Amino acid sequence: MPKDGGIGASSKRREDVRFLTGAGNYTDDINLRGQAYVHFLRSDIAHGTITNIDTAAASAMPGVVRIFTGADFQAVGGLPCGWQITDRFGEAMKEPRHPVLADGKVRHVGEPICAVVADTLEQARDAAEAIVVDIDELPAVVDMAKALTADSPKVHDDLSDNMCYDWGFVEENKEAVEEAFRNAAHVTTCELTNNRLVANPMEPRVALGDYDRSSDNSTLYTTSQNPHVIRLLMGAFVLGIPEHKLRVVAPDVGGGFGTKIFHYAEEALCTFAAKALNRPVKWTSTRSEAFVSDAHGRDHVTTIELALDADNNFTAVRTSTLANMGAYLSTFAPSVPTWLHGTLMAGNYKTPLVYVNVRAVFTNTVPVDAYRGAGRPEATFQLERVIDKAARELGVDPIALRRQNFVSEFPYQTPVAVAYDSGDFHRLMDKLEAQADFEGFAARRAKSEAEGKLRGLGINCFIEACGIAPSNLVGQLGARAGLYESATVRVNATGGLVVMTGSHSHGQGHETAFPQVIAEMIGIDESMIEIVHGDTANTPMGMGTYGSRSIAVGGSAMVRATEKIINKAKKIAAHLMEASESDIELKDGAFSVAGTDKSVAWGDVTLAAYVPHNYPLEDIEPGLEETAFYDPSNFTYPAGAYACEVEVDKETGAVTIAKFTTADDFGNVINPMIVDGQVHGGLVQGIGQALMENAAYDENGQLLSASYMDYAMPRASDVPMFTVDHSNGTPCTHNPLGVKGCGEAGAIGSPPTVVNAVVDALQSGGHKVDHVDMPVSPARVWAAMQG
Amino acid sequence: MTQVSMTVNGKSATGTVEGRTLLSSFLRDTLELTGTHVGCDTSQCGACVVHVNGVAVKSCTMLAAEADGAEVATIEGQANADGSLNVIQQAFQDHHGLQCGFCTPGMVMSAAALLKDNPKPTEAEVREYLEGNICRCTGYHNIVKAIMAASGQDVAIAAE
Repeated sequence: MPKDGGIGASSKRREDVRFLTGAGNYTDDINLRGQAYVHFLRSDIAHGTITNIDTAAASAMPGVVRIFTGADFQAVGGLPCGWQITDRFGEAMKEPRHPVLADGKVRHVGEPICAVVADTLEQARDAAEAIVVDIDELPAVVDMAKALTADSPKVHDDLSDNMCYDWGFVEENKEAVEEAFRNAAHVTTCELTNNRLVANPMEPRVALGDYDRSSDNSTLYTTSQNPHVIRLLMGAFVLGIPEHKLRVVAPDVGGGFGTKIFHYAEEALCTFAAKALNRPVKWTSTRSEAFVSDAHGRDHVTTIELALDADNNFTAVRTSTLANMGAYLSTFAPSVPTWLHGTLMAGNYKTPLVYVNVRAVFTNTVPVDAYRGAGRPEATFQLERVIDKAARELGVDPIALRRQNFVSEFPYQTPVAVAYDSGDFHRLMDKLEAQADFEGFAARRAKSEAEGKLRGLGINCFIEACGIAPSNLVGQLGARAGLYESATVRVNATGGLVVMTGSHSHGQGHETAFPQVIAEMIGIDESMIEIVHGDTANTPMGMGTYGSRSIAVGGSAMVRATEKIINKAKKIAAHLMEASESDIELKDGAFSVAGTDKSVAWGDVTLAAYVPHNYPLEDIEPGLEETAFYDPSNFTYPAGAYACEVEVDKETGAVTIAKFTTADDFGNVINPMIVDGQVHGGLVQGIGQALMENAAYDENGQLLSASYMDYAMPRASDVPMFTVDHSNGTPCTHNPLGVKGCGEAGAIGSPPTVVNAVVDALQSGGHKVDHVDMPVSPARVWAAMQG
Repeated sequence: MTQVSMTVNGKSATGTVEGRTLLSSFLRDTLELTGTHVGCDTSQCGACVVHVNGVAVKSCTMLAAEADGAEVATIEGQANADGSLNVIQQAFQDHHGLQCGFCTPGMVMSAAALLKDNPKPTEAEVREYLEGNICRCTGYHNIVKAIMAASGQDVAIAAE
């Protein structure tokens, strides 16, 4: 029977009421008295030298307040990169300066050159059209392989070449891996492209800078997944504003998917301009701007090889990847193709030897950074495509081949640094087989065939490293940040609680799910608990929400803080009941003395904490407010087994998703309804990548798919209803809730499932096709069918 | 500059606009009805859907001046008179048909227009009708369920 409250209940989301009535408070809904508007004049060419910027005519236009150019930002820092990779020769990655406004050169279409501030947005736009920018166009480089050739144009003149780093992992295993390939009974090779994507949260980015002359304090309202990180990066590295003089507020945020993690030029500009002009300055991105200024995702080109022995055991995996960084290093870009990707190349399998080589490349394109899954979708795609291909080459059942090689004992130390604490991949596959009705597939295929369609079944297994992450570990790996999370729990005199969390909710439903945990711990109603997030002025230093970390790390911090509250409340209760603290029990919102009928209500204890007339003042302080910082000891390892059935139209090559079934292990689940929703959304982002989405550049560096007219976003009619399950969770062993995180699973697990299904469909039609690159568009499938 | 007058959620509203001012801007900036969202600049995403004279319209494709004299309904006017969620809004909450909430006003307004014209749509008809409303969070599964539920129907699926 479903619970109606606490951990495991599908509590309805309290945030929905404001979103459903138009009462949400998104950044663009905030308007400050006297605010000016900024419009960015952006480069429309991919690579060139700026020879002259003439703003004279524009400056004289109605309403224009000020026009900023790169010259105004000489004295401030560039946008910082938060992760330094050490290459396989022990050298630090190349790290070019990333100016707020273009400084002498433009390096990608969309790079901001001027910022026009005016009384109205229309005036700022009109004035931008009167600015004359002379640019000597230079040859652009877009293709990664070309960018690494000796005669390629250089994106950064001061760097020796376009290679950011050449990373090897595990470098010490390189020889042993090569030996394993020499001794292999069978080797399967796949050459794959992981297509470039644009995250496209439905709310475009917004920044609103404000400055208070009386206090010399700056405030930035911004669409961020991690306001404290923006405060630190922008304050310390760009503008030189100490954190105590800078407040960053991320109110309701309309989706993130990674692209709102990063610190962007527009945030720095609005904060800087507000102080320079002594008035609020607001920027609201158009969707067209978003396509050329939001960090993109993925964009890997990989060769993966799988070695097997004569009994079909995996003996080694070797990969070689080119990873596009774009023109500059976005905040966490270098970590994505390395530590968030290489450490997952063992997958769900006991492959003893892995070697991953990644060369990160600068090109004249928009910077690339984390997008839902970040490195783990790329790892899963390669591994699960090559395993599927191996099964076909060897003529063995793809599920049997996977099962044979599954890791089945936990904890399990992989050869790629990470140690899986818990899991049960066979049980997930059992669940998938039961739910996806594989027995009925032959009949469904026959029915599709009768309708002129090829039907295919694709399988995929995956594991993620989530709950990012132990600070000491990521520090060793090059992170320039800690990755703990924080919570302050403030109990009021009348018994209600306010939790100030460092996590940030931009669709995940923290305001509902977090109270469920505390309600369970104390035994009070969820409505007595309020969640505050997104404002550096009233929340403890937090690292924010990404990497499926909110409940695993942020939720754990909240549990630790609540434990402190309960411990102190027990002391107060013991005093009130003249009992020993060790005999006090908390259940259903009341403290009782074990073995007696003495009891005191939660509200009586909280009142005593703030009205301490009868109170052990000599032993404990009045008040009931505690803070905890939680730094995990390991990543969490959600895993899943997915099945997809597709229909391929023989005439057009169009692919339809006919059926999609998932079995996920998220550990314990707080709110099943919210978790289901996270999976649905992730699946469609992954299906979008597999079938239709593509950020396509031409050779001159022009983004061809730069609007919703050209970039194919999945619509409701592109996808079916899903059958999702997460009932077979194995609790995480190292966090207090036993949770693993669910935000990215769908996006990680679905692309290879879909492509495996398409290949299965095509082979069933007699086509000798063993791979189709994503997006698996009708044109590509049709071409593949023509042989 | 032009003076425009219209009825918005049953109340008369007047403002001075430029010829190029969009209805979406007029609602958001002049009337401070910020529930209507703008998610794109090519009239594709549907976050800005409102009703003009009872018809669903993307308010970013219509000039404010064109709506002069019209009856406009926005998300702010959808709740019941007592402030409780209407049937469609309640179905969205009951079935978790929203996550970040940004596309939600447009989804609710489109759903209302659909159910007015077609009170018992099939699942396929719901999906087809939402062609002009993009959601990036939900994968549409629970939006479709919510709209079906609001029409008094259920969606047949094997398991949840």
